[in-house]
Formats: sequence, structure tokens, C-alpha cells
Amino acid sequence: MSAPEFTYEITRGFLPGHRACAGCGQATAIRLVMEVVGPKAVAANATGCLEVFSTPHPESAWGIPWIHSLFENQAAVASGIEAALKKQGKLAEGVKVLAFGGDGGTLDIGFGALSGMFERGHDVLYVCMDNEAYMNTGVQRSGSTPFGASTTTSPAGRRSFGEDRPKKDLPAIAAAHGIPYVATASVSLFADVRRKVKKALGIYGPRYIQIHVPCPRGWGYDEKLSLDVGRQAVECGLYPLVEWESGKVTRVRKIKKVPVEEYLKGQRRFRHLFRTEEGKAQIAHIQELADENIEKYGLVG
Amino acid sequence: MTATGKKQRRKPPLGIVTLPGSSLRNKTGPWGILRPVFDWEKCTGCNTCESICPEGCIRHLEKKQYEADSEYCKGCGMCAESCPADAITMEEEHR
Amino acid sequence: MRKMIEGSRAVAEVVGLCRPDVISAYPITPQTHIVEELSQLVADGDIDAEYVRVESEHSAASVCLGAVAAGSRAYSATTSQGLMLMAEVLYNIAGMRLPLVITAVNRALSAPLSIWNDQQDTMALRDTGWLQLYGEDCQEVLDMHIQAQKITEDDRVLLPVMVCMDGFILTHTYESVDMPTQEQVDAFLPKYDPLYRLDPDNPYTLGAYAGPEMYQEVRYEIQRDALASKAVVKEVARDFQAAFGRWAGDVVDPYKCEGAETIFVALGSVVGTLKDWADVRREQGDKVGVLKLRCFRPFPQDELREALGTAKRVVVVEKAVGVGAYGIVASEVRAALYGQASTPQVSCAIAGLGGRDITFETLDEMLARAQAGETDFFAGLRTELLEAS
Repeated sequence: MSAPEFTYEITRGFLPGHRACAGCGQATAIRLVMEVVGPKAVAANATGCLEVFSTPHPESAWGIPWIHSLFENQAAVASGIEAALKKQGKLAEGVKVLAFGGDGGTLDIGFGALSGMFERGHDVLYVCMDNEAYMNTGVQRSGSTPFGASTTTSPAGRRSFGEDRPKKDLPAIAAAHGIPYVATASVSLFADVRRKVKKALGIYGPRYIQIHVPCPRGWGYDEKLSLDVGRQAVECGLYPLVEWESGKVTRVRKIKKVPVEEYLKGQRRFRHLFRTEEGKAQIAHIQELADENIEKYGLVG
Repeated sequence: MTATGKKQRRKPPLGIVTLPGSSLRNKTGPWGILRPVFDWEKCTGCNTCESICPEGCIRHLEKKQYEADSEYCKGCGMCAESCPADAITMEEEHR
Repeated sequence: MRKMIEGSRAVAEVVGLCRPDVISAYPITPQTHIVEELSQLVADGDIDAEYVRVESEHSAASVCLGAVAAGSRAYSATTSQGLMLMAEVLYNIAGMRLPLVITAVNRALSAPLSIWNDQQDTMALRDTGWLQLYGEDCQEVLDMHIQAQKITEDDRVLLPVMVCMDGFILTHTYESVDMPTQEQVDAFLPKYDPLYRLDPDNPYTLGAYAGPEMYQEVRYEIQRDALASKAVVKEVARDFQAAFGRWAGDVVDPYKCEGAETIFVALGSVVGTLKDWADVRREQGDKVGVLKLRCFRPFPQDELREALGTAKRVVVVEKAVGVGAYGIVASEVRAALYGQASTPQVSCAIAGLGGRDITFETLDEMLARAQAGETDFFAGLRTELLEAS
């Protein structure tokens, strides 16, 4: 007897047939989030990889009601949805309001609207898919691009070693708004993602979860290694997994601590650092950044 | 008029509303040439593969009997790479 | 009920009567009194709405977009720089066929910075897909809000509407207005029944992207429906007259145009000045008439042609500049008259920019220059300020 056909209910929230690259960290991340959120939710999504690969009309990978407006207003659109559903009594019935954006849409162009949503205290869970560049438009740098990474607008060249600014610390900025819950997560630690989403869903008010989602095309590694690369980012201290509640750090995930080289050497966007003495000095600086995180959040010991 | 006697409203204008789950008509299986092969003997039932598949096309009908839907599997190999029991291997599939 | 109130207060009250669920606006002179009055009405429980105090106009429009998409009635108001900042959201709302009414207070655009009235701001947004209604006085403006809400939610339209109201001239003047009752408005305006909405019980995806194989057809439907919405504007104006007993025109409204040799076409509050001036000139034997252009989008070509009839001369009074090409409204008037056996001379008279008063003297100048055959000029220009050329 042959196996029954695969079936996909729209209640799972995010369905196959989407056009994400093979090995896309974001696709895994959004599936994990939607698994926990369930079908009783409404989402506003920024322009970006997730929006583009999930909604080329007439196809949509979404099982929940979902709206895409512009690149930088998803937090405001979500605020409007929340206000409307509050008045309709739907929030009280347990409908969740979500907002999704990439690092570009969240901490650069969408920063103002995000801050406004936090400040006004809307009951919205905002999930940022952090692949550390404007990936959808072709790997241009964002405020979230880490130090030393080569992108198409911060390329390594004869006079440049790539991105020369540190990564904008949006989770700390979000926490500084005093919102009830902020967390960083990595798609590589999928149980941790589920736990944080579940925790956030049980809290009222603005919540922010930033998920590190490796990008095989943009970072330059074999697509099967997405979860390995993500895990290295966590274990070397460059992507600390921290939770804040009402502005105070309440939990961190301890790491084993591996040298940053282990993480950097496997990605084309950092490979140029290994070729010159100046580059190696930058690697040393990156190690300092990792050590600062380890120190600041007590990631080791 | 509909059966209930209510006036039939217009359909939404072109391009405004997209139906949920309509992506299923887009079979992404042909994207890749690799397919995961699951060794059910080695499988520990940890569910990692099903959890992390970017397509969400891995399922198990019985405990420790995992399989991938070749209609949507892009052959990325993340499942094989993350299986703690090394129970998944990627094999070339020729169509 | 008759009351003597500030124009902004009249707008706030009538917006309340239209029962918005979500109000979101960012303060900007001279719209501020509207949002302040609304805030007080909400604070006192006179309006039952969620008031979202956004951090920018871009977000104000986005909040309204989200609220309407979620199935509620929303409202915003802005002007000038605020309209420019929310411009991409306005295109988005129209493109997504979401019903929304906003008050677009008319104010000049920076640079230079000016808080005073002209119509450059809404003229710059004539291609957004929003319907545009221009009110002559506070009574008409408040009536327009009720009509606009009905027009925007009509299945034949599904396009947002901006009610344009001259800043300071109408927002900050007191006028004796007849404010409808809640019962009257409830009878005229049905509860918002969205054609599609964000609802977990019936999920849809809104805002998917369109490839080259279909984008053009989506825009074609918007154009088709925008042109067809003219009929709805006219229908709603008639229904409003039947329900509320007031008529201020539907898409155009002629004043003393019968037998007029020169007809002045204008939008907004200057129409009031023109009517008073026309009374005086008519008594002096000048055959002048005034045509109020009430609905600018969709542009009522047929009605305009008919109303201009056999006038020899048309003077379009413009409070905006089509920089590099002269008249914005005049160009559309000229286009509407194109191809007829005989067409009047159409003069574009730019005046009233940045709050410059349009007086009887200005209008005298316009008439004289048009009679002398001038077709494109600034009226009331202070030449002494200009650099010697």
C-alpha cells in the first residue's frame, strides 16, 4: 500500500511552494514561529526576502491573514491592525497581532515606526529576521551588517576591508524602550526559538524577537550548512542569545566559546580578512567584539 | 442574488486579494537534484529534520519513519546536515 | 443643529458622527485644531475610537491602512509636508483599494517653509488614485466628509477620498454651520462592511507583489473605477440633498454662468470670494460667471464642458504651479475643451500662493489681463520684490 499523499493545512500558517532559496534560514525561522503562533493571528510584513518569496501574486504561502504594505511601515500597519482588532473585541478573543521585517526594514528604514509602536505600547509581537544585510535587493549592507563583512555596498577592496561599522544593537535599543519582552534567537537553536515565541505570546504589550537567520547566498557558504553557521555565530559570542524583560536582562544562553575564526572562515563575506595582515588585524578586532559580548552578558562560566 | 437573497457583491479587484496557501500550486521539487534518504533504523525520532526543513515538507506518519515530499523538497541538505544520528543521506535524483 | 464654530471643530464633530473606529493623525499647522478637537472628543467619550498618537504622518497613514484592512473605519488629517511624507502610503492605500477618508488641509509646500494656504500639496497628489473634493466653505467641507465616507465604501469605487479644505481660511474661521444629528448620519451612512478584510476566520493575503504580466491590468482597473466613481460622487450628492436638504453642487457648481462672457473656474474657498466679486461686476454690467470645481479627481470633463457652454473666455484661478509647465488645473480644463468646434480662450491665473490674499483687486487684474488676451500669468505679483532682470 503506497503512503498517503502529503497534505498541508493552511492552519500551519506557512506553507510550501514558496520561493525562498534552498537552505534559507528565514524560511525555517518563519515556519518555527508560525508553528507556535497558530492560525489565530494577523500579520503585517515589510518588503523584503520573506515578503517576496512568500507572495508572488497569485501565490501566497501564508495560511493566516497577512498584509504587506511598504518597506518601513509594518510596525505602524501592525499598530493600526491592533487598534482595529482591539475595538472589534478580537484581541480579547485571543487573536494575535504580528509584525515581520528583515534587518533592513526593522532597524534602518523602519526604525522610526518601530520605535513609535514600542513607545505607544501596542500589543504586537514583532519578529525581525536578521540576515545582516539587505539581502532581497542583492546583499547591500544594513545597520545590522557585522564588522568586517563584505557586502555589495561595503565591499572588500584594495582600500577597504568591508563593513567598517559595528552592528547596530537593536535588541538593546528595543529594551531601552522598556517594552515587556525582548529576545535574540538563532534559527540554529530551533527549540530556543519556539520557547521564546511561546513566552512572548503569553505577554501583553510590544514584544521584540530578533532571529539570526543565515543566508547561504549573501554570506557565501554551502546551503546545507545554514544551521551549522548559525550555531557558530552563537558559540563564538558574536550573536549573544539574551532575553530582556522591561529593560533588564533576565536570561542569557551560556556558550562554550569558540574562536571567531571558526565562524568567519567558512563564509565568503569574511574570507578576504584572512588574506592580508590588515585583514587579520580586523579579525582580532572582531574577536574583541565577541569578547565584549561575552563579558557584558556573562556568556561563559 | 445569492441563495439567501442577499445582493451579490463584486469580486475584489484584480491583484488585490491572494488566496491563502495558494503557493502549494508551485512545486519546488524540480529545483534541486539531491533528495534526502531516511534510514529509519538509525532514526532516534528527535524530530530535528521535520522542525528545521525550510520548506516544511518532511513528515513522519509513524514514530521514527520520516520522509520528505519530493514535490517541494529543494534538496538543500539541511536535514542531512543537522541529523544528530546521521540517519539522513543526500542522494542524487535524476528525473 | 445650528452652531457657530471654528471650521476645524466642525470637521472634528462631523468625523465623530461618521463613527470612526481608529483615528490616527500627526499634528501639523494648520490641521492641528482638527486633531486637538478630536482628541478632546475622544477623551470625553463623545467619540468611541482608538486614538493612535503616531510619531509621523507616514505612520499615521499606515495605521489607517492597517485599521481599514482589518475591517474598521479609520480617519486621518494632514497637510503640506505631512501629505508629502505620507505620499507613498497614499499610493499604497489607493493601490490596495482600501476605503478611507482623510481631511487634506491645503497649505503651501516647503521650500521656502510656509504654513499658509495654497493648493500645491493636494495638486501634487492628483495621480495617487485618491478622489479629491474641494470645499468652498465650512458647511460644504463638513457635508463632504459624510458624502466622502459613503463614496469611498461604495463597491463601485473602493478608492480613498481626500476632502480638501483651505488651511487657516476655513480651518481657523468661525462659521455658522448646520451640524447634522447622529441619527441623520447613521441613516445615511451604513456600517462599514468590508469586501475583504484581515480575519483569521477567513484568511486572505493582501499586498502580494505583481509581475509585469499583470501589474498593468491592476492599474487599468483602478483607472476604470476612478473614472466611473464620478457617477457615484454625483449620486451621493443627490442622496445627500434628499437626506439633509443641502446642495452645493456635485462635481461642478455654476454661479451666474448663464450668458457669461468670462467664466472663472476655481477650487475651494476662493470660490466664495469670486461669487461676491461676480455679484459686484455683474451689477457693473460685466458678464462674468463662476464655476466651482468641486470634484477634481475624477476630473469631470463632460460637466465642465457643458457648464462652460458658450463663454468666450475662461480664467482658471490656480493656487498651485505646475512648475516648468504652468497651469495644473488650466491644463486639464484646456484638455477637456480640446477638439470642440470652437473653444474659449483659457487663461491660467496663478494667485494666492503661500497664503497671499486673493482680493477683488486681484480678480480685477485677472479679468483685465484675460480680456487683453494673456493666457498664463501670476496675478497679484509684487514685482517690487523681484530681482531686476
